[in-house]
Amino acid sequence: MLMNDFVVRFAGEGGQGVVTSAEGLAQASTQVGYHALTYATFPSQILGGPTWTQARICTEPILSSGDQVDVLVAFNEEAYETHAEEVREGGVIIYNADDFTMTDPRSFGLAVDTLARSTGNNRAANMVVIGALAQLVHMPQEYLEDFVEARFRRGRDNDDEIISSNIEAMHLGRQNAAESGFVLGDLAPPNPPDYQQLMLKGNEAIALGATHAGVQFYAGYPISPATTILLWMERNLVGEGKFAYQVSSEIEAITAILGAGYAGKKAMTATAGPGVSLMSEGLGLAWMAEIPLVVVDVQRGGPATGLPTKTEQSDLMGCLFPAHGDVRMPIIAPGSVEECFFGAVHAINWAERYQGPVILMSEMSMAERVQNIRKPDLSKVPVEDRLTYEGGNGYHRYSGNELSPMPLPGGPGAYVANGSEHDEMGDTTHLPSRHIQMTERRFGKLKLLEEENYESDNTGASIALMPWGGSKGPVREAYDALREEGVDIAWYYTMFLHPIPPKLRDELRAKELVIVPELNYQGQWANILRFHRVASTPITQYTGLPFKVSDLVSKVKEIMAEQKEEARA
Amino acid sequence: MSKKNPEYDFKWCPGCGDFGVRRALEVAMINRLEETGLPIENNVVVAGIGCSGNLVHLLEGEQPYGIHGIHGRTLPVAMGVKMARPELNVVIVAGDGDFLSIGGEHIAPQAARNVNVTAVIMDNGVYGLTKGQSSPTTEMGAVTSSTPFGKIEEDLDPLELYLTLGVSYIASGFSGQPRVLARLINEGMNHDGMSMIHVQSPCVTYNDTFQLIKGNAREGIAPALWDIPEDHDPSSKQAAYELVQQGGLPVGVIYKDESRASLEGNMESIRAKARSRSMEQLMDAYAF
Repeated sequence: MLMNDFVVRFAGEGGQGVVTSAEGLAQASTQVGYHALTYATFPSQILGGPTWTQARICTEPILSSGDQVDVLVAFNEEAYETHAEEVREGGVIIYNADDFTMTDPRSFGLAVDTLARSTGNNRAANMVVIGALAQLVHMPQEYLEDFVEARFRRGRDNDDEIISSNIEAMHLGRQNAAESGFVLGDLAPPNPPDYQQLMLKGNEAIALGATHAGVQFYAGYPISPATTILLWMERNLVGEGKFAYQVSSEIEAITAILGAGYAGKKAMTATAGPGVSLMSEGLGLAWMAEIPLVVVDVQRGGPATGLPTKTEQSDLMGCLFPAHGDVRMPIIAPGSVEECFFGAVHAINWAERYQGPVILMSEMSMAERVQNIRKPDLSKVPVEDRLTYEGGNGYHRYSGNELSPMPLPGGPGAYVANGSEHDEMGDTTHLPSRHIQMTERRFGKLKLLEEENYESDNTGASIALMPWGGSKGPVREAYDALREEGVDIAWYYTMFLHPIPPKLRDELRAKELVIVPELNYQGQWANILRFHRVASTPITQYTGLPFKVSDLVSKVKEIMAEQKEEARA
Repeated sequence: MSKKNPEYDFKWCPGCGDFGVRRALEVAMINRLEETGLPIENNVVVAGIGCSGNLVHLLEGEQPYGIHGIHGRTLPVAMGVKMARPELNVVIVAGDGDFLSIGGEHIAPQAARNVNVTAVIMDNGVYGLTKGQSSPTTEMGAVTSSTPFGKIEEDLDPLELYLTLGVSYIASGFSGQPRVLARLINEGMNHDGMSMIHVQSPCVTYNDTFQLIKGNAREGIAPALWDIPEDHDPSSKQAAYELVQQGGLPVGVIYKDESRASLEGNMESIRAKARSRSMEQLMDAYAF
């Protein structure tokens, strides 16, 4: 049987090679031209704890981590018991025979560590696993050897030794799998993309996008799952005129980037939900005093400490309306690793364009997912800079009813960036007419952020499907499946949640019903759409895990059937 | 700006100590202009919330840049401005409530970083703008609007706190002596590291301490204010501790540690170790 899609789940204890095996398989596959995506979930502790990672290998670009598990690699018994039922009919279970034995007819044992040790390289256990998996789908050995060569050839004296022991480990895994007699089929040959690619995680894509957009100042505080952005910036945002620093709290982070944004730099921080809460007063100040800055919210389960290592889309309301008073933050929510790059560029461009705070909303599932993406062609990704004031002194920084050029400290046009309601020169005032003028000015600037483009498909249908953020992938896969079955449903998607592209809003308003799958209890985006006078209904899930495509397909059908009932009644 | 702007409706009470601090800061900025040739716009005044923070709107003459932000966060805002643009001179103006109560969490980390900003703290021992509640420096036992039966918390000694937290320049002054104060502020601006100029700036409405500070011979009140003797060695932390433990209101430089690098200085060592890579090089790390 020719397979276009291969899904493997690796489960065990943290430190057993669960993540390295999955990422190794993904890297080996992308190297020869497959598409790959991993989904990772971690325990909230430094060492150990039950963990699992899923790798999906396809001949076509991938939208979700896949809900049909072809192979489960169980590193311990608990992992087997927890995940065995996820294995599809006809699937295979490989269990770590060094750790436990069992009699499931779908399974065979692999003495992962013993086999690795026999090569003289204790660290090659994950290669034993990868070799066995390759055998199950008849992935040619040379693919794997190329990968090992690329991964371990680093100019060390013992490179040859390391490479040969890893290849030997793969052989042993392969041999054992062959002896087991299990076969899944033949993975179709890859269809290598004709463009350059990158293999990276969502947080890395955000960091790269921000760098391309010209971020110069970063202040952050460690919090899962946003910490890797801080670490990336401390390593890479270096050199003249650049600054990255771990400050003492999220309050310090937001106020420090506010000072930097005021002083003329493109400034950014990244955090998760609890950090956004601490930043809310600072976000209100940036809105009020008209200071460009970007806050990245890598969402996790909440509230409070919540589910710090699980995924959720429950911060939307908190990000749109984080502060006291009349505010509504611009929100960009990328839906894939690739969009994390472009979303970050847009976020910084937006902050510069309208002179205010912008929130980029990612999610745990994208932050830690490794995926191959098309290498962005930077010449086609424009970068924007704020309008700066270049006249003489005596300037009224907040004059007029819309955007005005921003003076930079050191130069002419000194003013007070004021968090109290202010007049045109920035002085505090309580006049009703000023509060009216300035409130309208601040909301009016949002028009500058209204974008033209958005995704749409089969727009003639009266019922539409519209995900947001990281649920885009599984929902699109469900949409494709529904269309294949002949279901008449439209598709809409944008990463620009506020302001929403006006043409998109108008199209959505014309629909009988817009179905919004989202990972929260309240149906937050569906609620916002209703506020826009769109007839919307959510499909909610609050498990800490991403959607399964099959669940979505059946739920969408149910809702459509109910809608037809109602229409008839 | 107030004189030019009839719309600005905030006023200090007549006789407020903050007038003297404003004068001192104006003089210090002019002195700096004369010393360095850098224009007044090279100064950024980061203001806290309270009567004291309004100083940023009340400055007369050539205007510096200013941020009048949110309560308690002057230090990290100032750090952001300074590390974004090290060539700017960053001055904080805030009160005891703003800086020592809600903002207290920022003093230790910013002192450890030795961020090169100058903070002028106007201490009146009370929350004035919200009408007379107790602050960290209100005396224990004092009856205020929020301590109707007397304050039951020990009052904080800010000078001792700054010393303990490792602030590298600490001076103490009185708003009634704007010239002396200007000199202490200028010395702080010239110090390469975190500078605190703690100023007794009495609130004539809720906590009028002018007489206690200046004394009144007729009524037999000895002045709390005393000049720090010339033989005091500000480079000695031990001497500084002994000095602040003498009580009263010392005027002058209490402590000055010029041996430590500022945060900007230490960033240079990071820049020497780190490799700055182009966007293409950064992307190549993920290419395959």
